[in-house]
Amino acid sequence: MSAGFYSPDDLVALWISLKLASTTAVLLLLLCTPLAWWLAMTRSRLRVLGEAMTALPLVLPPTVLGFYLLLFLGPHGWGGRLMLRLGMQPLAFSFGGLVVGSMLYSLPFVIQPLQGAFQGVGVRALEVAATLRASPLDRFFTVAVPLARRGFITGSVLAFAHTLGEFGVVLMLGGNIPGRTQTASIAIFNHVEAFDYAAAQRLSATLLLACFALLLLVYGANRRAGAIAAHP
Amino acid sequence: MSLALELVWSRPDFQLAATCEFPDSGISALFGRSGVGKTTLLRCIAGLERAPRGSVRFNGDLWQDEHHFMPPHQRPVGYVFQESSLFAHLDARGNLEYGLRRVPVARRRISFDQAVQLMGLESLLARRTGELSGGQRQRVAIARALLTSPQLLLLDEPLSSLDLPSRAEILPHLERLHDELSIPIVYVSHEISEVMRIADHIALLESGSVRAAGPIHDLLTRPDLPLAHLEEAGSIFEGIIAQHDERYHLSYVSVAGGKLAISQRAAPIGQRVRVRIDARDVSLALEPAEHSSITNILPGRVIDVTEDRDPAQRLVRVDVGGCPLLSRITLRSVAQLGIAPGIELYAQVKSVALME
Repeated sequence: MSAGFYSPDDLVALWISLKLASTTAVLLLLLCTPLAWWLAMTRSRLRVLGEAMTALPLVLPPTVLGFYLLLFLGPHGWGGRLMLRLGMQPLAFSFGGLVVGSMLYSLPFVIQPLQGAFQGVGVRALEVAATLRASPLDRFFTVAVPLARRGFITGSVLAFAHTLGEFGVVLMLGGNIPGRTQTASIAIFNHVEAFDYAAAQRLSATLLLACFALLLLVYGANRRAGAIAAHP
Repeated sequence: MSLALELVWSRPDFQLAATCEFPDSGISALFGRSGVGKTTLLRCIAGLERAPRGSVRFNGDLWQDEHHFMPPHQRPVGYVFQESSLFAHLDARGNLEYGLRRVPVARRRISFDQAVQLMGLESLLARRTGELSGGQRQRVAIARALLTSPQLLLLDEPLSSLDLPSRAEILPHLERLHDELSIPIVYVSHEISEVMRIADHIALLESGSVRAAGPIHDLLTRPDLPLAHLEEAGSIFEGIIAQHDERYHLSYVSVAGGKLAISQRAAPIGQRVRVRIDARDVSLALEPAEHSSITNILPGRVIDVTEDRDPAQRLVRVDVGGCPLLSRITLRSVAQLGIAPGIELYAQVKSVALME
């Protein structure tokens, strides 16, 4: 692969995509772990509400999500005004805004595998750990997390891959600013608009291969984890 | 008395109102039919459930009352669940060490090697849990619980999910546990034969409340309780191997009130054993039979005569050297021999089972 294979702008766009996808995946894991745990364990009636809300980004058109986020995070929205009052820049049209948008957009892809995996751990294993002197936090990290390993692998890779392919939210919220908020998927759109099919081809093939490799990784890892889980 | 319970729990499908005390040594069986609340009671002792009202006290420590609830991981109990409950992400050794690592060294009273040896796990340590048989898994689970050095061991029908050979494989280990460690055990069971074999004390549970509790010898033979009226009703005698008779291939067990002959065993003289005598295998005679094939004859005095399930039969409780012996004979025999409380007679025991 020669140094001139990608244009400097495309390289920056790829870099932004990569940075966005990994930041989103890491932050989502931190946010979704307690949330998914609560959804998996609670007997509260609020669970239904929580499940519906966290699944909403699955069915909502990305432009709808991006539009509302733009209103909210823009300089005239609540969020934007709050940030201004705190002496910060509003998140709209910034990388930070992209991260917020991507997190919302990819939330169900982390919550759902994690919730399923935690439910699969079951109450019994945690009760056993309790009778073996493990405190609630200890039980979580030494029993629930290792037994829910598949959910963590699936969730983080899906969050990464899904963010990599995101278009609508990023376009609405980021505003397609080269070098700052222009991701690879948007750069592809620009190339097509400019009839530069060769450049679009290079970026598209890159994303295709990257996503395919990631999914191979997930299924491979899950197969190994599954081989263990099948013999409890 | 080490463990005292007083628990009240009303649910639409289930009522629990149990008051009970368990001794601080030996195996106490929590016995009753399925669905009477045995497991719920055991889970309340461990702190896995919280009955809304009542108290749990152990050796003077308050584990639960209206205002306090000690969470399960702070209670010094070991718990063995009904079905295999090993951690699938750890091998056998990892499972054993899970609890051990969480007990401060100064409070450990059972070493890793001791627990492994007691449960016969030497060759299994490196196995994944999926490579263990049901019986092996349950032995690992028991050793894992022991390694937390519990002051109380709770076993919830640990054999019920196992087939007969696996049960036979575990029972001797449980008996060794009983003999070698001085940890009181509460053992939930609905199998009277299991209870007769290992328990020292029974709490009889009926629809959420404790109907009676006491030493096994008494409860098995009390005519006012259902245990004495079971098809397999019988009595338990503790004894020691007194003598071997090579010529007739017999071993003699001396029990309160006399000596019983059993088929010869390789047990050493002086070993403590428990024998079970089924009520239907005991016949009664006013004179010691001289020309009879029955070898085991114990003199005794009738305590009481009660009706049995079958109107043609009577249950006679006989005091033999201070221990109650149960005999199931026909009403006709009771009438013909004039058997009544206070009468001295001879109990002829057709068969004696050594419990091992």
